[in-house]
Amino acid sequence: MSTTDQGPPSPDWETIQQSAEFTQLRRRLRGFVFPMTIAFLAWYLLYVLLSDYAHDFMSTKVFGNVNIGLIFGLLQFVSTFLITWLYVRHANRSLDPVADKIREDIEGGDR
Amino acid sequence: MNLAAGVEGSNTALNIGIFGLFVVITLYIVFRASRKSKTAVDYYAAGHSFTGVQNGVAISGDYLSAASFLGIAGAIAINGYDGFLYSIGFLVAWLIALLLVAELLRNTGKYTMGDVLSFRMQQRPVRAAAAVSTLVVSFFYLLAQMAGAGGLVALLLGITNKAGQALVIAVVGIIMIVYVIIGGMRGTTWVQIIKATLLIAGAFVMTVWVLGKSGFNLSELLGDAVAKVGEGGEKLLNPGAQYGKTGTTQLDFVSLALALVLGTAGLPHVLMRFYTVPSAKEARKSVVWAIVLIGIFYLFTLVLGYGAGALVGADAIKAAPGKANSAAPLLAYALGGTVLLGIIAAVAFATILAVVAGLTITASASFAHDIYANVIKKGAADDKAAEVRVARITALVIGAVAIVGGIIANGQNIAFLVALAFAIAASANLPTILYSLFWKRFNTAGALWSIYGGLVVCLVLIVFSPAVSGKPATAATPSMFPNADFHWFPLENPGLVSIPVSFLLGWLGTILSKERNDAKYAEMEVRSLTGAHAEKAVAH
Repeated sequence: MSTTDQGPPSPDWETIQQSAEFTQLRRRLRGFVFPMTIAFLAWYLLYVLLSDYAHDFMSTKVFGNVNIGLIFGLLQFVSTFLITWLYVRHANRSLDPVADKIREDIEGGDR
Repeated sequence: MNLAAGVEGSNTALNIGIFGLFVVITLYIVFRASRKSKTAVDYYAAGHSFTGVQNGVAISGDYLSAASFLGIAGAIAINGYDGFLYSIGFLVAWLIALLLVAELLRNTGKYTMGDVLSFRMQQRPVRAAAAVSTLVVSFFYLLAQMAGAGGLVALLLGITNKAGQALVIAVVGIIMIVYVIIGGMRGTTWVQIIKATLLIAGAFVMTVWVLGKSGFNLSELLGDAVAKVGEGGEKLLNPGAQYGKTGTTQLDFVSLALALVLGTAGLPHVLMRFYTVPSAKEARKSVVWAIVLIGIFYLFTLVLGYGAGALVGADAIKAAPGKANSAAPLLAYALGGTVLLGIIAAVAFATILAVVAGLTITASASFAHDIYANVIKKGAADDKAAEVRVARITALVIGAVAIVGGIIANGQNIAFLVALAFAIAASANLPTILYSLFWKRFNTAGALWSIYGGLVVCLVLIVFSPAVSGKPATAATPSMFPNADFHWFPLENPGLVSIPVSFLLGWLGTILSKERNDAKYAEMEVRSLTGAHAEKAVAH
């Protein structure tokens, strides 16, 4: 286990930050999480505004006693679970291998 | 039969017995855990040694407060659809923690939110600001839980006089202080895990039971709830029963929805949980587990709420002591009689106890680590034992404040106090965290402006809102001071104004200050994305 308190001299963070590998990691992370955040916030706000201002539409019965509002609400659960799954898949496939490689290079150099 | 107080059918001795069993078992585990807790990293972060799954269960334990369980089930039983809206905001909010905060925070920090916010800033002012906002958010959240404990006592143990309730609030506070001081983060985490398991299992059993009564047909259950109300029962299924009354209440709902979805990832006791695991990957796993457990739990509350509406009836719930909060216990009695009511009552108590413990350890860690060690002692980390001693003393003080505050706040609107804590977290903490992690130019001035600015705007708007003054005692939800009227801000929840203002202030403070530290941002960015030089787990 490496100690972090009084370890060897710090790596050159700025060079690493500008490396092709790190730039790729950042692009893959931001390219996923930023659009996804905007998308789920928009989807959530759409739901909130419809529930708040479009009562008649949301009260439309679809089958039995289940109306559009309830289905819309349950879809928020579905989309939350779906985005969670998509992110984990993306992180496992595209982020972790690159991050692990860079980290090993940095911490390997410390020893 | 004693019908003078408490929920009908409630057996006080049985309720106390089951709750006492929970306390004895958890205290035993906390004492065992304390033998392993020697150092600062044990006290603050359980040696970074919990697994992602364990921490995910513990997060759901920290997050699912009595307000979630009793409050949402009751809101759905009485107001129908509008109660459901709360739970959706509480759940969707976790995506922000998952996508933007959890892993990066775990990689760059050690014990507290202040670690991350001050990473590339001037340490002392930013740590002090982070600690102040942590303490304020924790205080309001604590008040809500302790006030809830008082109400629950009236409901389940049949103690209606204020002195008796104050005594129970004090007992809850003292048990919680023991958990935190002896068990540290390790003990507190185990309490959360046990509580979450009991709560989710209890809700699951009741959900299956309710669904079984309507042939596992949700539509039929909804129909039963509507039929129970009779004339106008249809309103229960449609949005607008609670928030659709006027233009102001509609706008208030947008404000609340915004605070809920942006507040979670700024709650200090949630953020601190990410440090109890060994790596960012485990932090990710813990959020995934938390999302699944919390999501399923809120689906349960949907069934429980309409189930209480169908089997108990909104009128009976409103007539019971504790009103909306009594929906879930009354449903338990309708289903499984005295025994199930006793179990659910004990679970509700355990819920409050665990959440209060989680808040107290967070507030004490922030004071000891950010203010004592880094502001007062200027980061001279020579004596970690002294730091932990300070944390334990702080926990004692916060516990005492929570007991007194809880006794004073007894009877206040719990949902309002919780929404307030979320609004402050969303205004003071989240903008600063996001700027800090993603914006290169961000600096000390920006951090101070967004934390203090968000905090002050939020608190001022609350003080001058109808929640504090202007609504007479005869109103459905009276103000904190029903006999005074000094409000000028129309909304009860300040989020709609205070969150954008805080983002704006963070930006403005940054560009008005010349300070920038690109080298330190390079270190922070590389470390946050890769986990290089992150705090490792402590082996025992």
